[in-house]
Amino acid sequence: MIELQGVSKIYRQGRSNEIAAVCDLDLTLQDNRVTVLKGPSGSGKTTVLTIIGCLARPTQGRVLLDGEILSGLPEKFLAEVRRRTFGFAFQRFNLIAGLTAFENIVLPAYPLAPRFDTLKARALELAETFGVAHRLDLNVDDLSGGEMQRVAVARALINDPRVVIADEPTANLDSERAAQFLDIVATLKARGKTVLMTSHDPRIWSANVVDRVVEMADGRIVEAA
Amino acid sequence: MSGWWARQRYLLDYASASLWRRKGRNLVLWAIFAALVFILGSVILFGSAIRREAALVLRDAPDVVAQAMRMGRHDMALASDIAKLKSVRGADRIEGRLWGYLYDTSTDANYTLQTPSAHAPDLALQKGEAIVGEGVARLRKLSEGKHLFLVSPAGRLLKAKVKKVLSPESALVSSDLVLVSAEDFRAFFELAPDQFTDIAMRVRNPSEVGTVSGKGALALPHYRFITRANMARTYEALFSWREGLLLAIATGAILAFAILAFDKASGLSAQERREIGILKAIGWETSDIIRMKLWEAGLISVSAFVAGMTLAYLHVFAMSAPLIETVLKGWSTLYPRFALTPHVDALQVTTLAFLTLLPYIAAVLAPIWRTASADPDRVMR
Repeated sequence: MIELQGVSKIYRQGRSNEIAAVCDLDLTLQDNRVTVLKGPSGSGKTTVLTIIGCLARPTQGRVLLDGEILSGLPEKFLAEVRRRTFGFAFQRFNLIAGLTAFENIVLPAYPLAPRFDTLKARALELAETFGVAHRLDLNVDDLSGGEMQRVAVARALINDPRVVIADEPTANLDSERAAQFLDIVATLKARGKTVLMTSHDPRIWSANVVDRVVEMADGRIVEAA
Repeated sequence: MSGWWARQRYLLDYASASLWRRKGRNLVLWAIFAALVFILGSVILFGSAIRREAALVLRDAPDVVAQAMRMGRHDMALASDIAKLKSVRGADRIEGRLWGYLYDTSTDANYTLQTPSAHAPDLALQKGEAIVGEGVARLRKLSEGKHLFLVSPAGRLLKAKVKKVLSPESALVSSDLVLVSAEDFRAFFELAPDQFTDIAMRVRNPSEVGTVSGKGALALPHYRFITRANMARTYEALFSWREGLLLAIATGAILAFAILAFDKASGLSAQERREIGILKAIGWETSDIIRMKLWEAGLISVSAFVAGMTLAYLHVFAMSAPLIETVLKGWSTLYPRFALTPHVDALQVTTLAFLTLLPYIAAVLAPIWRTASADPDRVMR
């Protein structure tokens, strides 16, 4: 279970152009649930994802994972948590240009130094699950948007994390690809993963696989269903 | 431990791929690094080898040379003074030497004329015979059996048959040498029979050279006594000075390299920063990123250093350093032509490694560390 207690995030704090992206936010995410954060641009959705995923530290408040406070941990331990607990699929995919799809998928596992044949087998299995097995040797720059996204999801799962975080996962996809993505989410849920997404897309909010939709505006939760 | 090695292998794989992805820029950097090491390495290897060569040649020089002084200038030594030195205990094989310089207008070169030592039977000469150095033979197109003709400033002619050409191994100090018999020398320079250029002597106990020189100075107060160690120091200073001159010139190259390295290092592109942010976001630790970049910087700098030093070695010892020999050997018309014996001063090479590798790696890693220490979200933004 992930809990956010009184979390605020202020960028450029103390300067004339400071921005309060998230204000005094409380949120609890149950295990093996699919939660969607929705809201207009600038409502603080992505900031909440980055704070939950230990990509950024809250300015105030705390983040707990299974009752353990994450927000005060030193960077070394946060990296360990990111590696083992969270898998990220970013809005712009954030694949490393110039590397192949296979190399991108296996990157999060490098610090764990698994046996290469084990790693390769795991990457192949994920690539087959998400339909990119035939594209593994291609440079990611040569993939379509949908393929890039599936590679990004496969990369998010290579270390078998408990929580998968996806930022605007369907923003760059057509209807068919968006539906395919929801199938992926259903697969993840079936595997016992907790999924947290942000989305502007009504197709996502209304999808059967989604357990909970949290609406945000101006850095606060305005409605939770 | 195997886990540690496996992790390093993965990081090395990523570093290699990263180098390849930015191959254009990295290749330019590698070439500049290698060129800089090549220049500095050539100067250091050449300077070190030539000093060693000079030391080897000086091994056969007399322990002490006594020169008569008059009004602060070198004057002729007299046979009677040689007799006085023979009374100094510990001195051995005392002999007057005849040598001098001759400017040859026909070849626009300076020669050193000398008579062979009485203690070097292999160099013994009869009247009308000469032994010449490698440079003189080359310039005057001489070989054994041919005749050497020299004209003194007073118009006296010396005709001598070349008995032998000295080997190139000794060319550093004998390139411009012409050995003739004492009779020919005196006639050519119009010297009286009791006059010598200076006096050479050996000392029986090498540890007593200073003491014997001191006793000689007491016996002949108007003489100065030069020990072999003094001569070695003169050579050392001469070549060190020239080496320093070249290194000073190379400082410009070092500075240019430092600016380039700093520019590369501090100028992390937006793409590189984003890449570091992504790696952190997907679970890499700051130390993983720094290690990976260390591999990257190490691969470039160490391979460039090895390539530069290898080229410098070949340049100096296989090709006789055509790019720098003029400065380091001298400005005479008779440049010595000899192959240096391969010799590498490990301390100097290590110093060069420290002066090039460490600043480069530090310049690369400092901004990487700053970027990698920040929150991934901030770096990716």
